[in-house]
Amino acid sequence: MTQDIRLGADIGGTFTDIALDVRGTLFSTKVLTNYSAPEQAILDGIEIVCRDAGIAPKDIAIVIHGTTLATNALIERRGARTALVTTEGFRDVIEMRTENRFEQYDLSLVLPTLLIPREDRFPVKGRIDAQGRELQPLDEAALEALADVIAERGFGAVAIGFIHSYMNPAHEERAREILSRKLSIPISISSEVSPQMREFERFNTVCANAYVRPQMADYLSRLQVRLKEMGAGCPVFMIHSGGGLISVETASEFPVRLVESGPAGGAIFAADIARRFGLDRVVSYDMGGTTAKICLIEDYQPHTARTFEVARTYRFCKGSGMPISIPVIEMIEIGAGGGSIAWVDAMGRIQAGPESAASEPGPACYQRGGTRPAITDADLVLGKLDPDNFAGGKIKLSVENAVAAIGRDVGEKLRLAPQAAAFGIVEVVDENMANAARVHAVENGKNISDNIMIAFGGAAPLHAARLCEKLNVDQCLIPQGAGVGSAIGFLKAPFGYEALATKIIGLSEFDVCAINTMLDDLKTTAEGFVRAGTDGEILREVTAFMRYAGQGWEIPVPLPDREFTTADRGMIEEAFKTRYAQFFGRAVEGPEIQFVTWSVKAQDVRPEGETFSLETEGSPGDVPSTRTVFDPAFGAEMKTAIVPRHTLQPGARVAGPAVIAERETSTVVTSPFDAVIQADGTILLVRKGR
Amino acid sequence: MSDINEIRMQVMWNRLISVVEEQALTLLRTAFSTSVREAGDLSAGVYNATGEMLAQAVTGTPGHVNTMAEAVLHFINEIPREEMYPGDTYVTNDPWKGTGHLHDITMVSPSFRGDELIGFFACTAHVVDVGGRGFGADGKSVYEEGIQIPIMKFAERGVVNKDLLKVLRLNVREPNQVIGDFFSLAACNDVGHKRLLEMLEEVGYDNLDTLGDFILSRTRAATAERIAGLPKGAWSNEMLTDGYDEQIRLAAKVTITDTGINVDFSGTAPMSRWGINVPLIYTKAYASYALKCVVAPDIPNNAASLAAFNVSSPTNILNAERPAPVSVRHVIGHMVPDLVLGALAQALPGQILAEGAAALWNIHISARPVAGQTGRRAEVLMFNSGGMGARPGLDGLSSTAFPSGVHTMPIEATEQTGPIVVWRKELRPDSGGAGKYRGGLGQIIEIAPADGHEFDFSAMFDRISTPARGRNGGENGAPGSARLDDGTKLRPKGWQHVPSGRRLVLELPGGGGFGNPAERSAEARAEDLSKGYMTEKK
Repeated sequence: MTQDIRLGADIGGTFTDIALDVRGTLFSTKVLTNYSAPEQAILDGIEIVCRDAGIAPKDIAIVIHGTTLATNALIERRGARTALVTTEGFRDVIEMRTENRFEQYDLSLVLPTLLIPREDRFPVKGRIDAQGRELQPLDEAALEALADVIAERGFGAVAIGFIHSYMNPAHEERAREILSRKLSIPISISSEVSPQMREFERFNTVCANAYVRPQMADYLSRLQVRLKEMGAGCPVFMIHSGGGLISVETASEFPVRLVESGPAGGAIFAADIARRFGLDRVVSYDMGGTTAKICLIEDYQPHTARTFEVARTYRFCKGSGMPISIPVIEMIEIGAGGGSIAWVDAMGRIQAGPESAASEPGPACYQRGGTRPAITDADLVLGKLDPDNFAGGKIKLSVENAVAAIGRDVGEKLRLAPQAAAFGIVEVVDENMANAARVHAVENGKNISDNIMIAFGGAAPLHAARLCEKLNVDQCLIPQGAGVGSAIGFLKAPFGYEALATKIIGLSEFDVCAINTMLDDLKTTAEGFVRAGTDGEILREVTAFMRYAGQGWEIPVPLPDREFTTADRGMIEEAFKTRYAQFFGRAVEGPEIQFVTWSVKAQDVRPEGETFSLETEGSPGDVPSTRTVFDPAFGAEMKTAIVPRHTLQPGARVAGPAVIAERETSTVVTSPFDAVIQADGTILLVRKGR
Repeated sequence: MSDINEIRMQVMWNRLISVVEEQALTLLRTAFSTSVREAGDLSAGVYNATGEMLAQAVTGTPGHVNTMAEAVLHFINEIPREEMYPGDTYVTNDPWKGTGHLHDITMVSPSFRGDELIGFFACTAHVVDVGGRGFGADGKSVYEEGIQIPIMKFAERGVVNKDLLKVLRLNVREPNQVIGDFFSLAACNDVGHKRLLEMLEEVGYDNLDTLGDFILSRTRAATAERIAGLPKGAWSNEMLTDGYDEQIRLAAKVTITDTGINVDFSGTAPMSRWGINVPLIYTKAYASYALKCVVAPDIPNNAASLAAFNVSSPTNILNAERPAPVSVRHVIGHMVPDLVLGALAQALPGQILAEGAAALWNIHISARPVAGQTGRRAEVLMFNSGGMGARPGLDGLSSTAFPSGVHTMPIEATEQTGPIVVWRKELRPDSGGAGKYRGGLGQIIEIAPADGHEFDFSAMFDRISTPARGRNGGENGAPGSARLDDGTKLRPKGWQHVPSGRRLVLELPGGGGFGNPAERSAEARAEDLSKGYMTEKK
C-alpha cells in the first residue's frame, strides 16, 4: 500500500495529539481532550493540521489511532454492567486475587473496587483438566436458564471464563453459542481474549474486555462515521498495547488490547529513532503531565511482555491494580509527571506524586487555581523553565505562585529555603524515576547504564540529563517532535499481531507433529489479522517461552520459522541455555527444560528510513543569552547558556550548563553534559570527556 | 547538615532501598522453588559493617525480614573478621540463628570496598526440600526434619565449597532445584554488592558510615516520637490455638515504657512434642511486625525501628530450645501478631483490628498412582489464606494472608504440577464474624486425587477448635474444618491420607467482627446478602 499522507491521533488524559505526515513532512498539533465526545478533538485536530499542510481530509490515505479511553474506563470504573459466567467452584477468582496484601504494614488497606461484583458472577458446572480433557460435561440446561436471568437483569455485556480454557476452549465456545441465542449483548470468552495459563489474570482480562466493549465499540463506530462525514473516508486502524496495528472491527471486539496504546506508540517512536541512529541498546523515557514511562528497546524492538497491571489504586504500588494478560510493550510506569504534587511525609521526607494537579487546576505557577506545589513549579523555581515563554508563550508562568506553594508545603516544614526545597522535590522525583528504571532493567536481566536514553514527552527534556547522571548513562537523544512522540510513533507502527498458545511440555517429550500443527494454527491466526491491513510481504517471528521444570518464570527463546523435526531438539536446548545464561549469568545443569507458551508474531515489512551516524563532537555554537539555573551536580546556581532550539544548526555543540528552549518544552543540559545537534535536528546530550 | 547535603542523604536512603529491591527481584527471577517465585516467600536486606540492618526490600515476608535482621549478627560472631574475604558468601539454615526452620536458607555476603569491609548483604528463601521427613509437623526433634547446615562458608573468595554441595546433593529430595536455589541466593547478594559500590562511587563516599548513621538516627528519632505518643503501662492477653493433638495456650504481656515496648511470653504453654515449636527469633520477628504495623507503619524497617521492640520469654513453645522440632513453626508463629495485638487493643481501645485466621493454611501434597496403575508421582505445595479480622471502620479482608506476606499459587499452575484436581476454591459464606464491621471471609477448597491416583498430605492448619475472636462486641469468625467429602474428620496437623475417589474438603476460618453487630449499617447488611457473603439462614 502506498500511504503518502498518513495521520496519527493519540487521545491522552489531557491532550489529544495529532501528527500528519505529508510525504515525509510533519505537521502536528495538540488539542484538549474532549471527554464527552472524544472523536470531536480528533476532528478539530485534523482540521488544524490539514489547514497547516494545505491538504483536504479526503487526501489522507490512512488514520492510525491510539487512545487512553479504554484505560480510563477501567480506572474510573465507567464500563458496562457485565455478567461473568465461570466454572462452578471458582466464582471468586477475581475477588480473591493472589490472597496477598500489596502493602505489608498498612492494616487499613482498601482493595480496588471489583469490575464485576459477586452477585453478577454466575458459576456453571463443567470442567476441563490441566491436560485439556473434559472431566465433567458442560451444564447446557443451566446455561439456557442463565441466559434468561442475564436478559432480565439488564446487563450490557457478558464475559465467560472457565478453568483451563487455554488448554481446551470447547466449553467456553459452546457456552457463548447457547447464550448468544437469547442475548443480543456482546459476549467475550477468555480463551479468545487471553489464552494463557493463570486463572486470575485470564479471568480479569476477559472481564475487562467485556466491561469496556460496549463503550469502545460505540465510540469507534461514531469516530468512523464522523470521519466519513468530514471527508476522511480512508481506512482507520488502531494501535494496540503490543505496538502493532489492528482493524477497528478487531479493536471493537477486543478493546482490552487498546489499553496503554498511547505509551506503546511512544515506545515505537523511540524504537524508530534508535533505528535511525543505529543504536542497539536504548532506554526510552517518556514523561508527561501525570506519569513517566520507561521502556527498554533492544535491536530497535521494544521489550514485550504478556502481562501487565492497569489502574493501580495505591500510590502506583505493584499489586494494587488489575492484571491484564495480553501481549504488551513492556514498560514501567510511575506517578511522576510535570503535574505530580510534592508533599512532606511523617518522617520529614519529601515525596512527589502520584497525585497529580493534571491540567485543572494545574501546577501553582499556571495561575489557574492550583495552590499545591507540582514538579513543574519546582522546575520553574530552579530556573529550568522560562516563565515568559512556556508553551510558546501561551501560558504565562508565575514564579511567585510557585515559590509560595513550595515554601508553604515543603520549605517551611523542613526549614528549607524555597530553592533548596525545589531542588529536593526535583531530586526526589528524578530519583524515583531512576529507581524505577533500574528495577525495570534488572527485571529484564539488563544493566541500565549500558543503554543510550531517548527522551520525549513534555516534561522529559527537563529531567533527562539529571536522570542520566543518576543512571550513569552517558548519552541521551531528544528528538524533534518530542511533544507529540506517541502520535508520531503510530505512523511508524507495523501492521502486526502476536498469537499465543500455552502448551506445557518437556523438551524430552517434544512432539514434532503436534507442535507443527499448533504453530501452523498460530501462523494462520496472526497472518489473518495482518492481512486486514497489508497485501505486501509479511515478516514472522516464532518464539517459545521456556523454563527449567519447577521454575515459575519463563524466558523467551527465538526459534527458526520453519517446520520442526525431531532433530531440532538439540538446537532448541542450546538456544534455551544460551538465552538463560544471558539473563541470569549461567545455565543450570540437571533439571529438565520445558516449553510453556508459544508465540507467533506477524507484521508487514517496512521500508528502511534514512539513517544517520551519531555525531558526538560538533563545534561550539553561539550563546545568545544566559540566565542563572540551579545545577544539581554542582549543588548551586550557575550561569547557564540559554539557546533557542531553532537557531541551532546540525553539528553545533553547546556546553553545559545550558537550556535549549523550544515551543513545547526545554532541554536542560546539566553541567556534566554537553549538547550536540544531529543531522536531523535531534539533540544529543553527551557526557563531558566521554 | 546543610540543606543540599540533607537532600542528598534522603535520596541515597531511597537508593539503598532500591538496591535491596533489585537484590530481591534477582532472587525472584532466578530461584527454583515455586514458594519463592510464585508466592514470594523470601527477603533481602543490606547491613552496615557492625551488622545493623539499614534497609530491606519491600518484596518479602515479615517472618524472613525481621529474623534476618538478627541473623547477620550470628554470622559476624562466628566468622572472624580476619577470615572474611572479598567474594565470600556464608550460609546457614540453623533454625535458631536463621529464620526458624530448616527449609529457609539464609545467605550473608560481606561487602568490601577495596580492603575495607563496609557492610553485608543478606537474603533468605524457602527451598523445596531439606531431606528428613519433609515439610510437616510429625518430627520429634530437629534431627528428623532434615539436614542442618551450621554457619559456614558457601563460597570463599568466589570459589564455591564443593564438599557442601556434595553433602547436600545426597541429603535432599530435589538436589537440582535446591542447589540451583543456593546459587541464586548467592547471586542476588552479589547484585546488591555491585549496585552499592556503584552508588558509593557516584556520591563519592568511601563507605556506608555517614549514610548509615543518617538512616539509623532519623529512624530512631521518628520511632521514639511515636512511642512517646503511646500510653504507658502493661497489658496482657491470652489465646488458645489448636496445636497438634491438644490445644495450646499462648500468653503475652506488652509493656510500653518511655524507651520502648517489651513483649513477654511467660505463661505460654511448654514446648510441644511435635514440629510446631517456634524459636524465639521467629516469635520476635512477628511480635515486632505486629507492633510496627500499629506504632510506626510508615517508618522504613531497619535496625533502629526494630530496636524499639524487645521480647522476652522463658523456654516454651514460643521460645523453643534445640533440639525441638520446628518444621511447622510458622503456624504458631503466625498467631503471635493476634496475641500481641489483643494486648495492644487494651492500651489503644477502638484502634486495633479483630483477630483473623492468622496462620496460612499450607498444604503439602504427595500424590501417586494407586497400586497397580500407571500415573504421575508429584509433590505439590499450596499456600491458602482465611479471612482477616475486621478493622475499626472497615470490614476485614477476605481470604487474605495476614500476618504472612506471601501469595497463593494459581490453581491452573498447581494442577499442572501434579495429578490432583481442585474442584473448588472460593469464598466461604457466613464465615466472617458479625459486627459493625464484618470479619473477612475464609474460603472453601475441595481437592481430589486425579483419576487412578491417591495422595498423602501434610496438614498445617489452625483455628479449627479455636476461632478468631471478635473485638469491641464483634462476634467470632467461623472456625475452620478439615474433612473428607464422606464426612471423615481430619486432624489440623500431620500427614494424612486421601484415597482415590474421595475429596479433601477444607473450610478456612473467617476473621472476627469489630463492634456491635446491631450497629452495622442497613446498606452493608443488604450488600452482604446480595453478594452472598452472608446467607438468609445465618
